[in-house]
Amino acid sequence: MGILDSKVPSGPLAEKWTKHKNKINLVNPANKRNIDIIVVGTGLAGGSAAATLAELGYNVKTFCYQDSPRRAHSIAAQGGINAAKNYQGDGDSAYRLFYDTIKGGDYRSREANVHRLAEESANIIDQCVAQGVPFARDYGGLLDNRSFGGVLVSRTFYAKGQTGQQLLLGAYSAMNRQINRGKIKPYNRHEMMDMVLVDGKARGIIARNLVTGEIERHSAHAVVLATGGYGNVFFLSTNAMGSNVMAAWRAHRRGAFFANPCFTQIHPTCIPVSGDHQSKLTLMSESLRNDGRIWVPKRIEDAQAIREGKLKPTQLKEEDRDYYLERRYPAFGNLVPRDVASRAAKERCDAGFGVNKTGEAVYLDFASAVQRYGKEEALTRGMKNGDSKTITQLGKDIIEAKYGNLFQMYEKIVDENPYETPMMIYPAVHYTMGGLWVDYNLQTTIEGCYCAGEANFSDHGANRLGASALMQGLADGYFVLPYTIGDYLSNDIRTGAISTDSPEFEYAEKEVKDRINKLMSAKGQHSVDYYHKKLGKIMWDKCGMARNAQGLEEAIVEISALRADFWENVKIPGGTDGMNAELEKAGRVADFLELGELFAKDALTRQESCGGHFREEYQTEEGEALRDDENFKFVSAWEYKGEPKDAVLHKEDLVYENIELKTRSYK
Amino acid sequence: MKLNLKIWRQKDANTKGEMVDYTINGVEGDMSFLEMLDVLNEDLINKGKEPVQFDHDCREGICGSCSLQINGEPHGPDRLVTTCQLHMRKFNDGDTIVIEPFRATAFPVIKDLVVDRTAFDRIQQAGGYISVNTSGNTVDANATPIEKDKADDSFYAATCIGCGACVAACKNASAMLFTSAKVSQFALLPQGRVEATERVENMVRQMDLEGFGNCTNTGACEVECPKGISLENIARMNREYLSATVKG
Amino acid sequence: MSGLIKSSIARKVVMALSGLFLVFFLAQHFTINITSVIAPDTFNEWSHFMGYNGLVQFILQPILIAGVIVHFVMGIALEIKNNKARAIKYKKYSGGANASWMSRNMIITGLVVLAFLGLHFYDFWIHEMDYKYIAGNAEDPTRYYQETVEKFEPFWRTVIYVISFVLLSLHLWHGFASSFQSMGVNNKYTPAIQTFTKIYAIGIPLGFIFIAVYHHLNPITH
Repeated sequence: MGILDSKVPSGPLAEKWTKHKNKINLVNPANKRNIDIIVVGTGLAGGSAAATLAELGYNVKTFCYQDSPRRAHSIAAQGGINAAKNYQGDGDSAYRLFYDTIKGGDYRSREANVHRLAEESANIIDQCVAQGVPFARDYGGLLDNRSFGGVLVSRTFYAKGQTGQQLLLGAYSAMNRQINRGKIKPYNRHEMMDMVLVDGKARGIIARNLVTGEIERHSAHAVVLATGGYGNVFFLSTNAMGSNVMAAWRAHRRGAFFANPCFTQIHPTCIPVSGDHQSKLTLMSESLRNDGRIWVPKRIEDAQAIREGKLKPTQLKEEDRDYYLERRYPAFGNLVPRDVASRAAKERCDAGFGVNKTGEAVYLDFASAVQRYGKEEALTRGMKNGDSKTITQLGKDIIEAKYGNLFQMYEKIVDENPYETPMMIYPAVHYTMGGLWVDYNLQTTIEGCYCAGEANFSDHGANRLGASALMQGLADGYFVLPYTIGDYLSNDIRTGAISTDSPEFEYAEKEVKDRINKLMSAKGQHSVDYYHKKLGKIMWDKCGMARNAQGLEEAIVEISALRADFWENVKIPGGTDGMNAELEKAGRVADFLELGELFAKDALTRQESCGGHFREEYQTEEGEALRDDENFKFVSAWEYKGEPKDAVLHKEDLVYENIELKTRSYK
Repeated sequence: MKLNLKIWRQKDANTKGEMVDYTINGVEGDMSFLEMLDVLNEDLINKGKEPVQFDHDCREGICGSCSLQINGEPHGPDRLVTTCQLHMRKFNDGDTIVIEPFRATAFPVIKDLVVDRTAFDRIQQAGGYISVNTSGNTVDANATPIEKDKADDSFYAATCIGCGACVAACKNASAMLFTSAKVSQFALLPQGRVEATERVENMVRQMDLEGFGNCTNTGACEVECPKGISLENIARMNREYLSATVKG
Repeated sequence: MSGLIKSSIARKVVMALSGLFLVFFLAQHFTINITSVIAPDTFNEWSHFMGYNGLVQFILQPILIAGVIVHFVMGIALEIKNNKARAIKYKKYSGGANASWMSRNMIITGLVVLAFLGLHFYDFWIHEMDYKYIAGNAEDPTRYYQETVEKFEPFWRTVIYVISFVLLSLHLWHGFASSFQSMGVNNKYTPAIQTFTKIYAIGIPLGFIFIAVYHHLNPITH
């Protein structure tokens, strides 16, 4: 494979990680005190990595654009975190988690990485409980589990619908402990503008202080990027408003390969778009599919009547409803993986069965779960013949205990009571499996530049299973990166502090300033959001849930033209010194405008359908994804060569030694 | 809807600010409050004026970035929501809406409606953690059963998003609800008991140093908290603090 | 201990403890006063005991005065600190949307009660001190009833008393239950404490008002 060396250790799959940890070089504690590490991004991956690295003895500087590390978007993860604990005794194991993840990812992820993730998963739960994360418990005081899509066991640990928040606050508290000890220096409201390479190694970053507008130089022996995904290239997504690709893209421009950009997860259960003013989309946790049943009307007339407000969903009889997931996928039913559920929703809505004003929504109905739970609860309370009103109330109480905050969130946004009428949901961009290419040690193709969490590409292949993002972020941050980075840093014990006065820093800083000035001097016509929305529309229409060669080719041309227009005509009020949100957005959108084109190019190159990447030309007669293992069983890693259209493709062939490649079936 | 807005504009921390009047048309009920401000800003940009700066990020009520004192109440008139979840259907055509930054000496204004809430971070750094290494070599997660009620209460305390509405609502700009939520989360769990004494002393000391006011039990914080954090947490922290003081 | 008293929570506890002590005193004061309506002889007897008992005069009375001073000095200190905690005020502040008037205006009700205490001390305490220690009059166990009733003869004084007791009621309405919260008591008994607070905050001041009005309307005829 030449240029791409995944550095996967040899030996049996289950022993690779242990063996690797035993063999890699370590840095002794006294030397760690002389080594600086920059961590960009303070979500689950960055926060946990920063805390652990500081605890090991390194000097850590963290950077985040938010005013506090605690606000990173990991905080919005709702449903849960997977771990192969087998507390439920339902036959779970590290192997099964590994297998489910590879299969869920439609056989486009690296076996060794995924197995390591599955091995470390149990550790995460122990760790988080020890640091005071209040996971849900049962009445016996032990940890509770729920199920998520694409699996047949209950292995998801959760804290109501706020699991991400609780885990992030755990990582943040670990960070706080190190900040209090002086081992972490936090730079909040700072944005990484560029990466600085000295002798081909990542040795620092240029950051902008978002309060004062100052451009600052920061040096270190290694740089860790944990900056999340790039879903906001679609403008509307479940990502935070500030989520961006800038750090990863700047690293890409400096030599880090960008892998599988077209692998994007469209999450099936989000609150539908309500109008042109929409600034972001809100997720309704996948955990809702444990109890909610998804349907649209069977007859197109009924759908029409519902759209016009002449018919209420609750008036529709059971036999007039099409529970299309249960119909198409009897084995997994409503708990099929996200890509499958999303496409099925799109299929129904495209066929005219959508149920909201815009025709882009399906129902997620809890009525039968309310009855089921109500009856169960009535029985445990000794009410053998409870009346239906009591049973309904009891059932609602149980649903509220499980998903109360999600229901409340829904009601506030949509202004409808989901306990009384079914929720309306529609797929939305949620997570990006693609990201910077990393080897087994999580090092990018730039020496000394590491990448963790959603920002890298490594574990989820072409589709991520629910509750696995938190697992990956924390595994990378707590248990993988802090050790593998030592292997690299062991060569740096005699380097001494890295100077920021070198020509490399000077040059990088100048480039950053020039870029900002260029943006500011384009005194043009349109706001940054104008361009961002246009880009988002191209992406959603032509690179969204279903793609085809013609649309992708058009997208490439359109994005390229939009980018040129942006640099000429973007309008940024205010100045460069001091806080300027428009300037921040402009820098981010400028990079999205490059990434978007590479995204389309990647999607065009991958002439198969797999996971979240669905090419209309490659589908079975039943409309299922048609994978092409013979020609596309590889990771696409793109090398920057100026314009995105000139990017060079490098292929990392995926070797499956332990799993037999099969057509994914959830029927 | 047509609305009249009175918004606090302030160039930076060292410049004096003032209220500025704006009129905005075409507001829809389905818009969130921040989306309404987006529309205003788009309009300002098109007119070549500087848009209004405000903190926001996740726009789904969990990151705690958004703030804003809206018509005299943090996160506006609706209950159990953050500003990003407040929808314009709560207002009527022709309304005048006064928008100010969260005011507290410990939360200095950075620009317009953006305030510096790092005081909260410093309170947490003073002790809002359990001193356990993150190396993973710990006991099995189920080794210590924890009463469901306690675990749930700990969780409810931990749902605090650190937005600062409690401080903004309090007539004394007190940070007791925030601090007590953090203290409670750990105080309720067996693994947090080990350092409970030092934790509450250190966090309260830092809270006082930051210049927050004193709690006078008005209960405004609990009413305005978007996450419904209970006053019981303040009582618990008072208890923890007293027992820590007695123990020395 | 100096560190203790600097902490915000410790100061709150001091407010709570001194406040509760004053609440207790109020009940005792009321018990004696109500006898002036029911049984003037008992009133004279008890008042005389309070006025000449060494324990009451030289130990309990200074403690009471200290309690009042601590409560009010600490209250003022907290008010100053709290005021500083929001140096720049809101243009629009809807305090009524999330907290009761009583809880937000303890300083106002407190200062009115304090001013009233000034009058009350002038009326009774200074008079007593003068009678006993300066003028050096002989003990007279029967004078109290008449002196008290005569005080309420002027209309203006009765009105001031009535208004002050209304404000005292408002002060108690928040302060009594609040002191438990400050000391960390918030549990299943809290609703009961709150109910009791309401009964107490209305009952006791109303009783005092009744006494004042009663004596105003029923002057001793000479």
